[in-house]
Parts: sequence; C-alpha cells; structure tokens
Amino acid sequence: MTLKRTPLYDCHVAAGAKMVDFGGFEMPLKYTSETTEHMAVRTGVGVFDVSHMGEVFIEGQGAQAALQRLVTNDVARIKDGQAMYAGLLNEKAGFVDDVIVYRFSAERFLVCVNAGNQDKDFIWMRAVVAASALRCTVRNEGPQWSQLAVQGPRAVDVVAGLCGDSVRAIEGYHFVQGAFGAARGIVARTGYTGEDGFELYVKNADAPALWDAVVAAGAVPCGLACRDTLRLEAGMCLYGNDIDDDTTPLEANLSWIVKLEGRPPFIGMEALQAQKAQGPQRLLRGLVMVERGIARHGYDVVDEAGKKIGVVTSGTQAPFVNKAIAFAYLDRAHSDVSSSVFVLIRDKPVKAAVQKLPFYKRSA
Amino acid sequence: MSKIPADLKYTEEHEWVRIEDGVVVVGITDHAQSALGDVVFLELPPVGRKLLKGKAFGVVESVKAVSDLYAPVDGDVSEVNNLIVDAPEGLNKDPYGAAWLLKLKPANAKDVDALLDAAGYTALLAKIAK
Repeated sequence: MTLKRTPLYDCHVAAGAKMVDFGGFEMPLKYTSETTEHMAVRTGVGVFDVSHMGEVFIEGQGAQAALQRLVTNDVARIKDGQAMYAGLLNEKAGFVDDVIVYRFSAERFLVCVNAGNQDKDFIWMRAVVAASALRCTVRNEGPQWSQLAVQGPRAVDVVAGLCGDSVRAIEGYHFVQGAFGAARGIVARTGYTGEDGFELYVKNADAPALWDAVVAAGAVPCGLACRDTLRLEAGMCLYGNDIDDDTTPLEANLSWIVKLEGRPPFIGMEALQAQKAQGPQRLLRGLVMVERGIARHGYDVVDEAGKKIGVVTSGTQAPFVNKAIAFAYLDRAHSDVSSSVFVLIRDKPVKAAVQKLPFYKRSA
Repeated sequence: MSKIPADLKYTEEHEWVRIEDGVVVVGITDHAQSALGDVVFLELPPVGRKLLKGKAFGVVESVKAVSDLYAPVDGDVSEVNNLIVDAPEGLNKDPYGAAWLLKLKPANAKDVDALLDAAGYTALLAKIAK
C-alpha cells in the first residue's frame, strides 16, 4: 500500500520532520524534540497538520435524523455553529469510530472522523442512511480538505492575528465560517490536546500558505509524538489504542457522550442499555506508575497475587505532568480510584496507582 | 548526519565501545539516540552481572519506543552509570561522553577487535538509510 501525503508534506520535510506512517498517511512524528513540542503547546502555541482526518458531510432534509440514528450523543441539542463529540457505534455498541459532529444547519452537518477509519466510516454511514427512509446525502470530502490544529494558551492570539479579533468570542466546541487572508474555511474552537485552541479547515490548495502564516506568527510545528502525549495527559482516547470495535462508551469512561433518554434510538442503543443495567465488567482508568517503569499498550495489569485484572491501552512518560502515566481497562472490582495495581513490565510487576482521568486539566 | 567518532568501535545494534584501562565502556550511538527520540527511561544490569555477546542486557525507552540493549562482547559488569539511569534524557545530549551506560571486564579483550570500526559503522548507517 502506498502511503498518502497531505498537502503540507513538503512543508514538513523542509522543516526537518521525521515522517512516519499513521492511519495510511505519511505524517510528521516530530520536528525537533517531542518533549519540546509538547511543552510549547502547554505553555505557548503549537501547530499540527491534521489533514489526515476525514471530513464527511451529511446534507438534506433528513440529515439531523440520520445523525440521531448514527451517533450516541443527542444531536438535537446543538445549534447552528456548534459542535459535539460523539460515538459512532455498531449494533454491539462497540466503536466504529469516535467523531466530532459540526452543525451548519438542521440540514447540513460535517462529521470529522479518524484518518484510519475514514473509508470504513463512510461506507457505514452511507449504508445506514441507505437502509433508512431518510432523505439526505452522505459525501466524503476528506481528500479535498486540510486541517491545521493551532493549540495552546497563545493559540487564540495567533488565530486572531490571521482571522480577526472576532474569533476570540468563539466559545469552546463552537465554530464559524471565516477567512484566512484570501482563503475561506472553518474556524472551530476544538482540539485534542487539553489546551485552548482551534482547528482550521481549509481546502487543500490553501493549506501551505495558512501553515506558513501560522508558523510565522510564532506557532511551533508539532508532530504526532507530542499529539499523543498531550492527549494522554488530557485523558482523551485514541481510536485503535483505547477504543475499538469491541469497546463501548460506558467502558471507555465516555458515558457523557451517550444520551439514552428523550431522543430517537441510535445504533448500539439497546446493547448500551443492557450494559448499563448490568454495569460494565471493565472500566477505562488512569494509572500513575508508583515504581519506576513505563506501561505500554498491551501490557497486562495484575493484582497483588499476580492474577490478571486488566490491560494497558496507552502509556508514556508524560512531559508536563512529569510522571509515567497510562490508560488501562480494569475489571470493575479492581477499578476503584486510588487502589494499587501492578503492571507487568518485561515479566516484572511494577506498582501503579489507579487514578481518575484526566491527568492534566488546564486552569480556566 | 549523526556523529561517528573515529576512535570508537561499534555494533550492528548501534552501541559503541571504548577500551579504557583494560575495561570496555559501552554506550549507544548518536544515530541510536536520534532514532529513539527523547529518552525517558533506562534499565541497566547490576554490577557483577555476566553479559553474553548479542544478548539483551537492558532496556532504553523513549517517549514512543522501547528498545533492548545488547552486549557487544562477553564480560562482567564492573560499573554502572547511575547518573544516566537517574537522568536518562542525557542520552540525547552526550551519547559518547557523559551518557556512557556501563563498564565491562571483558572475558577476552580481543573480542573488541572484531567489532565494526567507524568506517564500517558509517557504511552500515548508509545501508539503513536506503
């Protein structure tokens, strides 16, 4: 399989990025040091090329009803210009993907999906709509759009410098259609870092000039390595690591994106209701290593007696909180916050404390 | 381009060695630290441990990756650099100097001669880059 490239590929190579395969795309892992880039986002401003993310438009009279059928969150609760995080589930309530739904109007929505899932999601959404009597179209515009995530406490200054001071008034999880110089696009106050920030959607041809302008305004180019450590500190799931076709939102600490009452049914709802009544058997929790060691994806978690009680889904040495942290699914009986567990690191049990997510929360 | 000092010997696993008063000093190369990225964890064997050439003796972890460290020659660990265990980020700054990993009393000092010289290691890296 040949890897796809984003319109910013040449910018990354020129900036000295180390490139890696991610979700079928050749993406920058880092430019200088992942730790430096991480700290730039926590204390200043960084910019990520997230053009690999997919954009699916759902349009027509039945658009809102189609989304209500497709996702876990109640799409009727957002207004024009508002966005919402949601799960796209299969019948067993496992994640097909986790997505952000943007509402332009009751008849026009954008669904931002993960890079590696975009073909699967598009086929899924189209099949669900086709099987219904709903009048709407599902269009994959992923290949035409680029996306830049400008993140950090100074992100608002950089974006205001490009688009005007009116962007300062955009609330979290809201967006406007705006202008970047000669280009037009979407300015959304969303992100995946735990910081204030924006995601800027433009057509591919406009992406390199926007990237250059954002970097010239002082944003530090940031790669996927620090995107991963930032989202881990902020307690956000990564599809393929922490959630997948076999994990449900109730298990993944994401019950806040599930609305079971006062709304039309969605795919996976019955399975979730059953799981809720019974209580999930495993729960996603944070781990902080108490003894020296770094828990990694796939490592087993055991109790004092050495019995397996869970598995690590993500882990790293977190640059800003300065601790070795991890996400793990733990058997419900062992998921109490502040209890002690052990991560098997190279066959050696290493002590960790169970903690509530997130590990990092920005001060308001 | 990564630095490859002319006076060191190298392994195909990206370790370097230097003989110092009959003892073999072991570290990882500039290429290795650069490929790993920011190093955040290091696990080394205790003094006295017998190492076997080509066998894993420890682990180095960066933010993204876990890598084994392999013994360049047979020998007994005579000293461990605990300063670098406590502050492994030093491996990114000075891999050939302050960030040496351990010292070995070699079972046979001549074993070091069989390792790659700087030219051989340069050629290896060129091959990897292709």
